[in-house]
Amino acid sequence: MKTIGYIIQKEFKQIFRNKAMLPLIFVLPLIQLVILSNAATFEVKNIKFSYIDHDKTSFSRELIDRFEASTYFNIITDFPSSKIANSAMLKGEVDVILEIPQYFERNLLKDKKTDLSVIINAIDGAAAGVENVYINQIVQRFNKNAQVGLMQLSDKKFIPKNITSIPSFWYNKTLNYKTFMVPGILVLLVTMITLFLSGMNIVREKEIGTLEQMNVTPIKKHQFIIGKLFPFWVLGMLLLTVGLIIARVLFNVPMVGSPVLMYVYTSIYILVILGMGLFISNFTDTQQQAMFIAWFFVVIFILMSGLFTPIESMPQWAQNLTEFNPIKFYVEVMRMVMLKGSSFTDILPQFGKTFLYAIVMNGLAVWSYKKTN
Amino acid sequence: MKRFIGFIKKEFYHIFRDRRSLFILFGMPIAQIMLFGFAITNEINNVDIAILDKSKGATTQEIINKITSSKYFSNKQLIENEAEIEAVFKKGKVKAVLILENDFSKNLIKENNATVQIITDATDPNTANTISNYTSSILHNYQQEVNKDIQIAYQIIPQTKMVYNPELKSVFMFVPGVMTIILMLVSAMMTSISITREKELGTMEILLVSPLKPFQVIIGKVFPYIFLSIINAVVIVLLSIFIFKMPVEGSLFLLGFESVLFIINALSLGILISTISETQQTAMMISLMGLMLPVILLSGFIFPITSMPVPLQVISNIIPAKWFIIILKGIMLKGVGIALVWKETMILLGMTVFFIGLSIKKYKIRLE
Repeated sequence: MKTIGYIIQKEFKQIFRNKAMLPLIFVLPLIQLVILSNAATFEVKNIKFSYIDHDKTSFSRELIDRFEASTYFNIITDFPSSKIANSAMLKGEVDVILEIPQYFERNLLKDKKTDLSVIINAIDGAAAGVENVYINQIVQRFNKNAQVGLMQLSDKKFIPKNITSIPSFWYNKTLNYKTFMVPGILVLLVTMITLFLSGMNIVREKEIGTLEQMNVTPIKKHQFIIGKLFPFWVLGMLLLTVGLIIARVLFNVPMVGSPVLMYVYTSIYILVILGMGLFISNFTDTQQQAMFIAWFFVVIFILMSGLFTPIESMPQWAQNLTEFNPIKFYVEVMRMVMLKGSSFTDILPQFGKTFLYAIVMNGLAVWSYKKTN
Repeated sequence: MKRFIGFIKKEFYHIFRDRRSLFILFGMPIAQIMLFGFAITNEINNVDIAILDKSKGATTQEIINKITSSKYFSNKQLIENEAEIEAVFKKGKVKAVLILENDFSKNLIKENNATVQIITDATDPNTANTISNYTSSILHNYQQEVNKDIQIAYQIIPQTKMVYNPELKSVFMFVPGVMTIILMLVSAMMTSISITREKELGTMEILLVSPLKPFQVIIGKVFPYIFLSIINAVVIVLLSIFIFKMPVEGSLFLLGFESVLFIINALSLGILISTISETQQTAMMISLMGLMLPVILLSGFIFPITSMPVPLQVISNIIPAKWFIIILKGIMLKGVGIALVWKETMILLGMTVFFIGLSIKKYKIRLE
């Protein structure tokens, strides 16, 4: 026990002695949490809208006013011809072009039917879909009003049937993205810091040659490993604590569930990551290799965690792969406990898998670590 | 010059000798682009839904079938009362609950109005909002079906045309992003580490007392990585064309030129990082921790920049990846020429010059 204590002491000294690293470990992640949590929003707003009005009647003007009134659209310009509009679209100056045909009002009154051409920049397919929904909603409402205004509804039989849908958004009534993103980004930061540091740590001693010296000492394998990894475990927990405080104070993210549960889960989760880091450093010779591998897995874990894009929409094989993604479990647990107040029994599946993962990962890491070559 | 070539040769040997790194270097981008190209999408499909049908009639059954047969929803689960809603949400699988009111069809026929309540788990606001919209539009379609006998007097029919990506494939959005991230991180990380490594191991001293000029040392260090990154870029572009059917509407030559410019930009950022860090650890923490999330989040790769708060929109301008993504999308999907992306190109060029200038300045200080 005393031996482990000394190794831990040595590790902490090394961490605090490297003045260039301290801000990178403690300040950078928190700055990122504060800044980047604001960036992650899928909300489609400030749509760059433009129109070409060939009709120029009070009727077409009214339709345009509706778009102007909507908070989603920023009216950019009124183009005289579709050629100019298209070239603006090519330059990326506008995202939506609404073209009102000539005789728009006349045709509607005469034929009771008229077309309206809409062009949407669809490179971001999902955003284009949402924009299309917004546009249709506005046109529909306009339609309905025009109908009421122009037509006399006399017979009750002709009143159209109506299904009213009442949406309600639970746990996050205002659809605030920060409530959603802050816990997720905190998860990423805790993971990245602990994985990168633990992954580099032992391989660094290997590369510089000091690992040999450690290996010829009477320190036992398990003492060495525990002593090496414990400081990073502490770091991870510390980061979580500061992150949760920031989430509460700065972003007003609620903590509906039990913080104790959060900490218990995190303490096991960090073990998974540390085991992974150790495993990586056992199989690499240089810090460069170790970092490439760590980077490779982190990018995959992040993008397939369900934090930025939904897991349900992935093909089945990819969904199966996410079952090996620790970040996915952590993001789920964090959101469930913090925002929904899920209890231990609710997160039991994630908890069990993470626990199993920790055992397997650390088992592999300890097994593959050799004192002698 | 001969000395310089000799030095470059040495660097190539270094890289090619380290088989494992080489394998990682080429294997990883391929694995990642394949994985992400197929797996990542920001569409929302196959959501689990729970249904509370209070009236249990033929009409509600029809509506339920309409909703669950759409591709947006996969598993449905029937629940019996409101108390269960909280429980299914807490389990975490179900993302939406639909409540059909008592006497649904009676209300629809007699009073011409019936209500459906859509409750969504808004811990993920994006999914919640989208599901809510999908469901409303399914209900709306059903309503029109019911009303089809009634002559609707006036109709304005929007004819929507989706340009540049008519099938709304999210691959078109993600491939340029993934390519940018891979090139940015691999290039910046590789150079920053390889130079700091010489410092840490003490071999930098030896290089500096050699007759090679400092800038030759730096260029010699970077050169092999330019070469490797170009190969990576070519592989990624080929994969995106042949596997993901990404079009290249614009000129391939321009695409190549811009990619090289971006690679040099990322490499010069790597050099800058290496001049300000003493150990590989520091260099890696800066290039990994410092670059990864900002590049993913602020480049417009996943999240639309125009929806961000204004200060962040301003910050996003200093991320080189943002400009490269605009250029890539322009050339590949819109088919624009240099006339329309010269501004972005100049910005990338300017940043590169800035990074290199700053590194040279920092570098001299170190020598004194």
